Amino acid sequence: MQGFEGFIYPNELELQWSVLIVLYPFITGLVAGAFILASLERVFNVEAVKPTYRLALLTALAFLMVAPLPLQLHLGHPERSFEMYLTPHTSSAMAMFGFVYLWYLMVVLVLEIWFDYRKDIVLAWQESKGLKRIIYGVMALGSRNLSAAALQIDERIGRFLTVIGIPSAFLLHGYVGFIFGSIKANPWWSSSMMPIVFLFSAIVSGIALITILYYLISWYRKTPVNQECVDTIARYLLYAFLIDFSLELLDLIHRIYEADESFKSLDFMVHTSLYMSHIIIQLLIGTVVPLLMLGSAQLFKIRPATRKLIYFIACILTLIGIFAMRWNVVIGGQLFSKSFLGYTTYKMQFATREGLLTAIVLLILPFLILAGLAHLLPPWDEEPKTARH
Amino acid sequence: MRENRRQFLNHASKLLVLTAPAAAAWPYIRAERPQDAPGYKMDEHWWGMAIDIDKCIGCGTCVRGCKAENNVLLTPQTSRTWVERYLVDTDDMDHPRVDSPNAAYDGFPDPGPQPETVKTFYVPKLCNHCMHSPCVQVCPVGATFESPDGVVLVDKSYCLGCRYCVQACPYGCRYIDPRTKTVDKCSLCYHRITKGLTTACCEVCPTGARALGNLKDPKDPIHKFLRENNVLVLKPQMATGSKTWYKGLDGAVR
Repeated sequence: MQGFEGFIYPNELELQWSVLIVLYPFITGLVAGAFILASLERVFNVEAVKPTYRLALLTALAFLMVAPLPLQLHLGHPERSFEMYLTPHTSSAMAMFGFVYLWYLMVVLVLEIWFDYRKDIVLAWQESKGLKRIIYGVMALGSRNLSAAALQIDERIGRFLTVIGIPSAFLLHGYVGFIFGSIKANPWWSSSMMPIVFLFSAIVSGIALITILYYLISWYRKTPVNQECVDTIARYLLYAFLIDFSLELLDLIHRIYEADESFKSLDFMVHTSLYMSHIIIQLLIGTVVPLLMLGSAQLFKIRPATRKLIYFIACILTLIGIFAMRWNVVIGGQLFSKSFLGYTTYKMQFATREGLLTAIVLLILPFLILAGLAHLLPPWDEEPKTARH
Repeated sequence: MRENRRQFLNHASKLLVLTAPAAAAWPYIRAERPQDAPGYKMDEHWWGMAIDIDKCIGCGTCVRGCKAENNVLLTPQTSRTWVERYLVDTDDMDHPRVDSPNAAYDGFPDPGPQPETVKTFYVPKLCNHCMHSPCVQVCPVGATFESPDGVVLVDKSYCLGCRYCVQACPYGCRYIDPRTKTVDKCSLCYHRITKGLTTACCEVCPTGARALGNLKDPKDPIHKFLRENNVLVLKPQMATGSKTWYKGLDGAVR
């Protein structure tokens, strides 16, 4: 049981959604953001970000595979979760999310990756032996045709999938925002801004993650980081971040100016139990500082090597900030009583089903999946020396 | 003769496990037309609750009665019904002092001497059995539903335990039962009211502060209560279509 002050309804003594539900929008957001970055190259022909294209797709897939796990671990009866697909309640945002998720995973991401990699898979199947040959054979789904006409079809279908993938990615994370934003009982969540704020913060977090991964993989493979690529990505990150920050500020100003019945309660919370995670980590360290860093890289003449370092640090701070934002939405939305007369606390446990350890494992898992995927389907050119720099 | 014996055994075995009205209703329930069963007619009922704040003395008997009748855990965070005590200082109307120790299971301790400017009253709370329940709206599998006779119920064999409904209820009426890992809430003693009894909380209330009402029965006293008093629901701005009406509800109550 949690500690509390003031008056809270008796049933509010127990906090309902734990750190695992914080992970859920965080991970889903990374997926949507990574996909949007990938689509920049494919649909909008931003050639400079090409070195991150396949990496972004694989990262999106790896994280999307993990996205339902925190929800499953949180359910009282995970064995019944499939009922959401069999007997969905159509007025429930949560039930419909299951279909949005499935659509995105199977129709958009898996198909797009398959068409993009089909040539590589068939080539790998031809060249490999033993178990690997069987794996690639299965992955090729019986397809062996590498003629120019077939490859052109791959390209066209891939492009088409990316085009429908962009609204799908918007839908995926906008929908996560709707799950919270549509709860009228909770004034901290209830806002039509929520889906759009979630969407832009998702784009920001996805771009930041791919940038960090690109740096790490380049260092690991001892290949140089493509300056033009990271310059371009950092510019898009700045744009998306500015929109995201403006939307959040608009929401904040609107709440402060309207000051409805919930305002005093929420204001008190932001200045006490949420002060560290909201004001310091999310807004200051996770938003203002990286915005200033990214902005100064645009405004001032800074040496390329220094710029690279600035981007790297800014991206790490951005990810911390977006995680704090998810925390402040999910946990913050439960720290005040719906009576607006009291506050409760959240004590994270460690080695329990919904504890910190589980959360850490769930955050490491997508990177392991990504390593596996990258091993089977290398997202970079095979010969490091031939890579464009 | 043989047929008669079989019939007799059939009836006797039903009576052995079911109560008499349930046994009579059984064929209709099997045929998925429970409303045609003799005794309780679902389409002749539309349940609501009338609460008279002036009559509530904060004894907590309703809380004890509910927990005993419905086998509810005795912890405060598992409460189908509870009572809140408001101490409102007329010098400072904006900051009422509210408490509900152990969900008022043991009543309330003496607050001690209070200034003359303080008014005190008790507010019993329970599921409002809303007509447009936000909890029902968000349930991903339809495990919680509004029955045709106006009661919000939970199918525990279907509930995932996702807690979305707990978040969606503006009144804090829902909780997770740690024994079943599913959501639990006031069922308006559905097992009693369909047999012609009133709810446990209404049954045991010593002052008659609560009264169950069938809104489809024009002779039900709830109509007089709603007609002759100024009544209000909790958080009307939530527009949930609450069917729990309060007489004498103070503006300080949340």
